[in-house]
Amino acid sequence: MRSDVPPPYTALTLHGMMPRTSHDEAARFNFLANLNKYLAGTLGPGNKIAYDTRVLPAFRAEHGRDPRHRYDIREAMNRDPFHRMWSALKRNSMEMRQHNGRQIVLRQLDELDAQARQYNEGRASLELDRSIAIPPYQAAVDTHCMPGSYYGEERPGDVAAGANYDVGLFATTGGGLGGLSDGGGQALVEWARAERPNWSPRRILDIGCTVGHNAVPIAAGFPEAEVVAIDTAAPALRYGHARAQALGVRNINFVQMNGEDLSRFPDGHFDWVQTTMFLHELSAQAMPRLLAEAHRVLAPGGLILHLEQPQYSADMPLYEQFIRDWDAFNNNEPFWSSMHAVDLKDAMEEAGFSRADQFVIGVRAVVDEAIFPRSDAGEGEDHGRAAVWHAYGAWKKAA
Amino acid sequence: MSAKGDPDAPVDWIARAGARAKGRRPDYFDDPALDRLLSMLMALVGEVSVLRERFDTVERLLEAGAVLDRSAIEDYAPDRAAGDERGLATKAYIARIMRALQQELEAMEAPDPPVMHWVEELAKR
Repeated sequence: MRSDVPPPYTALTLHGMMPRTSHDEAARFNFLANLNKYLAGTLGPGNKIAYDTRVLPAFRAEHGRDPRHRYDIREAMNRDPFHRMWSALKRNSMEMRQHNGRQIVLRQLDELDAQARQYNEGRASLELDRSIAIPPYQAAVDTHCMPGSYYGEERPGDVAAGANYDVGLFATTGGGLGGLSDGGGQALVEWARAERPNWSPRRILDIGCTVGHNAVPIAAGFPEAEVVAIDTAAPALRYGHARAQALGVRNINFVQMNGEDLSRFPDGHFDWVQTTMFLHELSAQAMPRLLAEAHRVLAPGGLILHLEQPQYSADMPLYEQFIRDWDAFNNNEPFWSSMHAVDLKDAMEEAGFSRADQFVIGVRAVVDEAIFPRSDAGEGEDHGRAAVWHAYGAWKKAA
Repeated sequence: MSAKGDPDAPVDWIARAGARAKGRRPDYFDDPALDRLLSMLMALVGEVSVLRERFDTVERLLEAGAVLDRSAIEDYAPDRAAGDERGLATKAYIARIMRALQQELEAMEAPDPPVMHWVEELAKR
């Protein structure tokens, strides 16, 4: 019988840009992967029990009514001793993941930067643009409690932020994204092939690509296509480009660009426009601008797909909205809360996709299940981290 | 602090790895000392797990008849069965550390009256 434990960190694919880990560095991630699984699966349900057995009754006694908003529940749960301890443990797990990742990367930064230069220098497939400003929604806090976020540099031209992001995905997902942390992108390729067996997109745009772990499998899955992966963060792009080169995927260009302004591309330039767990890192004003640009550059008949965690609809219980909101307040994802309260179908309609052309599908990471765990949504789900998403999509009406 | 201008500037990796992420950290407990102590405790809990895993590696290498050198330890990657055994040991270790919370969860599910209740009840029966 296979035990229900995450695979060891050493099961990850050691691609040419992957930071090397010592025995103990890998063991730290093994501990964190196990701890996260325990916090989500074994202790996570305790939050609901605390809510049902004591927090909700106390709220009713105090207010003479039921909670009306997830923030009512949040305020009440933040006084509950079980929830406090659970949240504190989870926060520490995130911080320890960052600390371990940064120790691994920064102690070998000379080697990593040198390696990246070998892959990056003189290649037209990496385009950095110093005029791209860090958007205010990125500068507000360091996303995911990553010191320096995606864009911070330890020294000019480095790859530290990208490398740290790559090594740590394992710990947060317990290996649920597979050997190259690319199970999400692989799932999209599989879905597109099944949905449109003979579809051959010529140009694909991935907005907010970070290190390309979602865009690279799409490029590999559609080798005839030209993939453009954009992000505002240079260190992530430097690492991502070098990583793609190391993996031998060449039909992908990494470009420093803000998705709110795609003016470099003419209308209808792309057959597929993709974002993956990205929209929640924007802001209320930025998101509609980005969605409108994504619509404009998409060709008639083309595909748009936004992968996210499920939106908070009116029929989602308030408690579930509250627990799904944890990352907004505890993992430096401040737009997460209001973004998930937006009806993304409305937002896409405003961007130009009629309701009739839209669809929502469930997407589960595709991994080698002989080694890596299959991700499931449900009782023990690590909300916000499970490799199970909702894809909000549309095929743009042909002109 | 981060070096300005020089792409080859040395980085104090130990100091910089521990940099704080921008964004105010939530207070989880009324006494900030508890927040700090829990962080220290969990770092220690993690390190004990790492030590145990390292010891397991040494045992497996010795068992396989290797002449032990440090690079063999650093390069060790468990196969499927060994990885599973080690994962299971880590899972059991975490369950021992987290017993108090797991039992608090059980107590919430099936609450008991104070023991005095039974002291008085059994004195009557």
